[in-house]
Amino acid sequence: MSGPRYIQAEEISSQVAELCGLACCRLPEDVLACLSRAEKEEKSPVGRKVLTMLLENAGLARRENIPLCQDCGTAVVWANLGQEALIRGGDFYQAISRGVALGYDKYYLRKSMAHPFSRANSNDNTPPIVHLSLVPGRSLALTLAPKGGGAENVSRLFMLAPALGREGVVKAVLDTVDQAGANPCPPLVVSLAVGGNMEDAALRAKKNLLLRSLTEPNPDPEAAVLEEELLAAVNRLGIGPAGLGGSVTCLRVLADIKACHIASLPLAVNLQCHAARHQTVVL
Amino acid sequence: MRKISLPFTLEELGGIRAGDWLSLSGVVYTARDEAHRRMTLALARGESLPFPAPDAVVYYTGPSPAPPRLIFGSAGPTSSYRMDPYTPALLAQGVKAFIGKGPRSPEVRQALVEHQALYLAAVGGAAALLSRAVREARIIAYPELGPEAVRRLRIEDMELVCINDARGGDWYVSGQNSWRSL
Repeated sequence: MSGPRYIQAEEISSQVAELCGLACCRLPEDVLACLSRAEKEEKSPVGRKVLTMLLENAGLARRENIPLCQDCGTAVVWANLGQEALIRGGDFYQAISRGVALGYDKYYLRKSMAHPFSRANSNDNTPPIVHLSLVPGRSLALTLAPKGGGAENVSRLFMLAPALGREGVVKAVLDTVDQAGANPCPPLVVSLAVGGNMEDAALRAKKNLLLRSLTEPNPDPEAAVLEEELLAAVNRLGIGPAGLGGSVTCLRVLADIKACHIASLPLAVNLQCHAARHQTVVL
Repeated sequence: MRKISLPFTLEELGGIRAGDWLSLSGVVYTARDEAHRRMTLALARGESLPFPAPDAVVYYTGPSPAPPRLIFGSAGPTSSYRMDPYTPALLAQGVKAFIGKGPRSPEVRQALVEHQALYLAAVGGAAALLSRAVREARIIAYPELGPEAVRRLRIEDMELVCINDARGGDWYVSGQNSWRSL
């Protein structure tokens, strides 16, 4: 066996800076594929018009290298660190933070982070929200998602009674999307995590938005069935693209099911606007 | 698509219906959360708004910074409900239309009818596309707020849809209801 592999903090900063620019200006292929399919399937003429505009917007942003959306989000970083890799030359979290500050400046991205009470802007979009997972291997995979405020504000965490069961979960997800209406910029990606506990449910719902492809089926058959059922039900709400009415309110449901305490039925519903931005780099 | 050159005439304000698409040209002012809080405090102190309020149009947006080669950064609408508490005061000053996204409170919808004003939506997330309609931009108040500063924009042919008209029509309700099948 060879020794650990070393990754320089400076390299992390420069890669994170590039991820910020890429993520804010380029819609990933899986999201584009979902939007194109939605444009064909949407039954409302107004809905189709909106979807055409969103596809044009994505093309323009990519060609001009400008942000898809003025809300360049909170920088959420999911780091899968190989257990045989070591970070050298500085603090890991500071390296990511520095990369975010560099990237948001370099690519003319909006700085949206402010003190909760004074609302004074930090002016460099720091702090990022960083989640670290230890995984087998020698590499570091960094995924960055600029998470906009509109969809995050209408996301919900429920600590349901176990008696409410699967039906209660379905109802809570539908209520969340229905009450959100036009605010989170539909068509949405709806990510739900059932089970675990309070913070675990919220984290898994977010993690799936960052790491799962919208065009790949869910490997868990129980979750896959729940995804299909919820997608059909959400699309019967009629909210439609931009909330102007239509048959496509949701592009994809991502579901994650896990064991929980005998007293609990935790549910996190993280809504994501159609600008489901995320980019990954492997060091 | 109906072409409108700002300011709105009384006839236009009364004739536009929820669900109508408009192509808007003229001057609009950007303001979002913190600018609204400050403007409302200024009004309470007896001061005036940082722009001429009569017939004004307010766009709820916080643009991304403009690269040197472009006139303006990406600038789509932000969720309007956060500005609901401040909106009746701006209507009382004479503001005639607001551009944003997402539903308004019952109080705002009622005040729009009372003041014969409109609530228009831009397509949320189409920020790069919407920035193309901006032909001139300058900061006129609260520069320290960065993206939340108040800006004077001259726009040409910005595509918008009327959500709340001056008669109480609400396109989020009527547009969605016709596709709802629960």
